[in-house]
Amino acid sequence: MDIQNTTEKLEDFYQLQDLWTEEETDVKNAVRRFVDREVIPHAGEWWQQGEFPAHLIPMLAELGVFGPTLPEAYGGSGLSPLAYGLMMQELERGDSGLRSFASVQSGLAMHAIYRYGSEEQKQEYLPRMAKGEIIGCFGLTEPDAGSDPAAMITRASEEGDSYVISGAKRWITNGHLAQVAVVWAKDDAGIVRGFLVPTQLPGFHATPIHTKASMRMSATSELYLDRVRVPKSFQLPEAHGLGAPLNCLTQARYGIVWGTVGAAMDALVEASLYAKTRTAFGRPIAAKQLVQSHIVGMETRLLNMQLMARQLGQLYLGGTMRYAQVSMAKRHNARAALEIARMAREILGGNGISTDYHAIRHMANLETVDTYEGTYEIHTLIVGRDLLGEAAF
Amino acid sequence: MKILVTVKQVPDTATKIQIRADGQGIQEDGIKWVINPYDEFAIEEALRIKEKQGGEVVIVALGPSRVEEAVRQSLAMGADRAVVISTDAAVDPAAAATALAAVCGEEGFDLILTGKQAVDDDSAQVGPMIAANLGLPQVTVVLKLEVDEAGHRLRAERELEGATEIVELPYPAVVTAQRGLNEPRYPTLPNIMKAKKKEVRRVSMDSLSLALDPRVTVNRLFAPPERPEPTILSGEPEETAKELVRLLHSEAKVL
Repeated sequence: MDIQNTTEKLEDFYQLQDLWTEEETDVKNAVRRFVDREVIPHAGEWWQQGEFPAHLIPMLAELGVFGPTLPEAYGGSGLSPLAYGLMMQELERGDSGLRSFASVQSGLAMHAIYRYGSEEQKQEYLPRMAKGEIIGCFGLTEPDAGSDPAAMITRASEEGDSYVISGAKRWITNGHLAQVAVVWAKDDAGIVRGFLVPTQLPGFHATPIHTKASMRMSATSELYLDRVRVPKSFQLPEAHGLGAPLNCLTQARYGIVWGTVGAAMDALVEASLYAKTRTAFGRPIAAKQLVQSHIVGMETRLLNMQLMARQLGQLYLGGTMRYAQVSMAKRHNARAALEIARMAREILGGNGISTDYHAIRHMANLETVDTYEGTYEIHTLIVGRDLLGEAAF
Repeated sequence: MKILVTVKQVPDTATKIQIRADGQGIQEDGIKWVINPYDEFAIEEALRIKEKQGGEVVIVALGPSRVEEAVRQSLAMGADRAVVISTDAAVDPAAAATALAAVCGEEGFDLILTGKQAVDDDSAQVGPMIAANLGLPQVTVVLKLEVDEAGHRLRAERELEGATEIVELPYPAVVTAQRGLNEPRYPTLPNIMKAKKKEVRRVSMDSLSLALDPRVTVNRLFAPPERPEPTILSGEPEETAKELVRLLHSEAKVL
């Protein structure tokens, strides 16, 4: 059995691609081709460098991965949720940091403006964000408020025609690359509001976090806002309360559900092909029962992930997707991908500790993916509350 | 200017080919199909000419329904519309060129671009035969192409062994593309979505009423013979060297 046949079988054991539309097939192929040529050969090196490879930004914009589900009038392509999912799958097959970049730009920043912004704000930002001329970040999490965003300290006080924003945000993807930050803060009445904060304003500071042992190809920052003054017209008029940022998180989590499929797929294919050529005690390790047991277990989990992603996409397409359904799939897929990548690293043996192979990079990245956009535990409680009608936070 | 690009769909070069039991062709099940890479250079060149000088790029493809995927890819790269000549029959280069030339002639054009050859059968005949069918000048294996619209002429650089040949010719003409002519662009997501709305006209090959009796028929396709098991010599270097020379002389008969 040659490499291509083995890869295809591992990636799609139940022939789910028979269900794909032409649009989904073409989008997947286009993004895969880009990632195979432009990202994967350099991913290990970029990851070690610990910064997002900014030269990719115009290339990703040209490929069309920023805000692709938005209408053409705002620079989007009107992509279906399933095609968007496959796009995220293929990006994260390259690296979780690459998918995170696209997730934050599209699912968080652009989505926030599209859903909660005024027409003027949409016209001003969205087409240029689609072109990659403006990079956005999304400031919700704070140093002391992660899983409990209602405990945020950042305040936006009315002073005349302006809001004056003060506070700190942490673990902000793209923070020090962004030209605009979507910042969530409580107003004088204690209601959570969204603000479009140009990052060059006086009092705005973004500091890179360089100590990460995970998601190293992604730019992650701490934001400090020290009396940053913005006109009232920079407030997102349709966002009232915590529901708005949480709705954006649902979008981003949907992308993660698909992205993690890509990371798991890549780690599993790498480990399986390695097992077919690496010999121990005179035979390929793929001929060992212990290894076969692991690979079959990983393949089964990958298939679970794919089926959940696909049906979630169908619900999204049909307009009935609920956030608790997204939570269950995010919880499952991030954890399953993490465990698949860990086992792939184990199968690679000593070679598995090097970023010359992909598994350890995916594994380390997926520790972040399992944690951000709602930890495994928080999603357990969201689904638990939905199933049982009792909040247990 | 109006540019037609004839495009063939071929098995991905990474695909492992299996020969059919009847020896008349390859097993098509499970094959990943792509645009012939040389045709991609032709599409890219057509798009660049259009971007510079305006006009229209029309894809002309021939084959069974699976070629629609290659057509969609071409439209997603930026071509304006496509004509597909539908047939399930095995088509030899002469028949393909006759049918493509008929459709190109009916479409009308200033320039026909295509790959210098298809990477599946490597016959490299279809481009030149389209030119012959339409009575046009042609230039093959082109590495660089310049269009002089005012003078209605083309200037092309061709790759020769150890040399570059520069030729000029009037157009309408047929130009076949070599690797190095350009770097083909990726289909992008916006263009994939736009491609869904572009016109694809389908013409059945039978409806063209052409005499397409094959001039070349495939007798048999077979895989190269399996390599015999290698002989591995072991022992002292002095002994194995002597044995190697003996084998090369008396068995392999190369010394």
